[in-house]
Amino acid sequence: MTEKAEDRKPLLSKKIDKFFTGLADAWNFVRRFFKEVFVPPYEFKEVIHQCYRIGVESLPLIALTGFIVGIVFTNQSRPSLANFGATSWLPSLISIAVVRAMGPLVTALIAAGKVGSSIGAEIGSMKVTEQIDAMEVSATNPFKFLVVTRVLATTFMIPVLVMFTDFVALMGSFLSVSANENVSIITFFVEVFGAISFLDIISSVLKALLFGFTIGIVGCYKGYNSSKGTEGVGRAANAAVVMAMFLIFIEELLVLQIVNAIRAF
Amino acid sequence: MEEKVVEIRGLEKSFGDLDVLKGVDLDLYKGENLVVLGKSGSGKSVLIKIMVGLLKQDSGSMSVLGKEVSMLKTRELNELRLRIGFSFQNSALYDSMTVRENLEFPLVRNIKNLTKKEITMKIEGLLESVGLPQSINQMPSELSGGQKKRIGVARTLILEPEIMLYDEPTAGLDPITCGDINNLIIQVREEYNTSSIVITHDLTCAKDTGDRVAVLLDGQFDAVGTFEEVFPHAEDKRIKSFYDYNFINS
Repeated sequence: MTEKAEDRKPLLSKKIDKFFTGLADAWNFVRRFFKEVFVPPYEFKEVIHQCYRIGVESLPLIALTGFIVGIVFTNQSRPSLANFGATSWLPSLISIAVVRAMGPLVTALIAAGKVGSSIGAEIGSMKVTEQIDAMEVSATNPFKFLVVTRVLATTFMIPVLVMFTDFVALMGSFLSVSANENVSIITFFVEVFGAISFLDIISSVLKALLFGFTIGIVGCYKGYNSSKGTEGVGRAANAAVVMAMFLIFIEELLVLQIVNAIRAF
Repeated sequence: MEEKVVEIRGLEKSFGDLDVLKGVDLDLYKGENLVVLGKSGSGKSVLIKIMVGLLKQDSGSMSVLGKEVSMLKTRELNELRLRIGFSFQNSALYDSMTVRENLEFPLVRNIKNLTKKEITMKIEGLLESVGLPQSINQMPSELSGGQKKRIGVARTLILEPEIMLYDEPTAGLDPITCGDINNLIIQVREEYNTSSIVITHDLTCAKDTGDRVAVLLDGQFDAVGTFEEVFPHAEDKRIKSFYDYNFINS
């Protein structure tokens, strides 16, 4: 008989070993995703179904949040700019803030809460009720059907949701601006687009792709590895949200450094 | 009943420090219903999970339909899985799908070139044979425990398996529904010409459905034979208490 992992003595301490084992597990999970995503059969129908669930069903929440963010950010920024008599800069300021940072970040955080937890709980509950095993014994690859489809759907839909959030937030901002200053919608959007560059839009889309991938893969990983019955499902859903949010902030910081370096170059 | 469809030799499986199977030997013959009895946690389910490649043994051999399961590559294992039907303890119906979609799922993925009409006919025929034709558009959450078991069996039968594995088919059901499920197991064998392994700790189920019973105690099969050979005059105290509890105490 081969030596079992549980029988081995910990190399450093149980906690540290567990941390590195978890890291290796997560890395293998990501590697498996990239291995499976290019190999047929492709589950197009399920990807479309998940895109609908993740994209369309998140629209009302994202729209409301984006709209409120636009209004609040404009109202909060106005007094500071008014001190310098620079309220005419509001559209540019809001545009830069929304497109570069707030749009992707707010969308990703909302999606991590709504979509990430739902993926974690759904796959987790399938795991503990043996539905994943049932898929496997009917000669269907559950990883491909459940994980690959959901990660692709989040990766594709978060950028779409980010663009939608950007638009709605700018509309909210316009509403606030037009209520206080005499600005037409055309002037507002001329100012908005004048302030952002191609790099801003590209970096925003790339960031959204990265956030989408993170939300999907973390949700699936936590769900797929859940155990201990219904308690485990709750934990998986919770861990999916916490871990995704944490990683999103780290990624935001890293992408910002890279984009700033490109801008300086 | 001489052709062996499953041959298990010296099978061992442990989880951490817990040795669950300690050198198990067992044969399943073509067309036979074999009932594996044992206490909860005795490794009964582990045995059939190794059979379909959901778990891997630590040592020993498990040959199913002439193939050594642990040696198979993913594609070969999937081909073998299509010839085995696995009915899970909690039915494991896909929550997000209707009964029709549950039955369609393995079918459309594994048998190509079926028309919509053929798929519908197959599904309706199977639902008819498990006695639930009216449930076709229901969600699993709308079904009772016994109905879920029947739909679970129908889903495994849709690929016309040669071997059926039932994991605790009567667990958590009332005595009348248990009787219905026992009848279904016998009916499946007769209609679909399957060989079956029924995992249970319910002696009524064993008596009604089994051609042979095998009692798994302390990681090994203590007694294998017909129900009458193994029970009710068993000398082994553990087997006797098993029988007494089921047929005298209850």
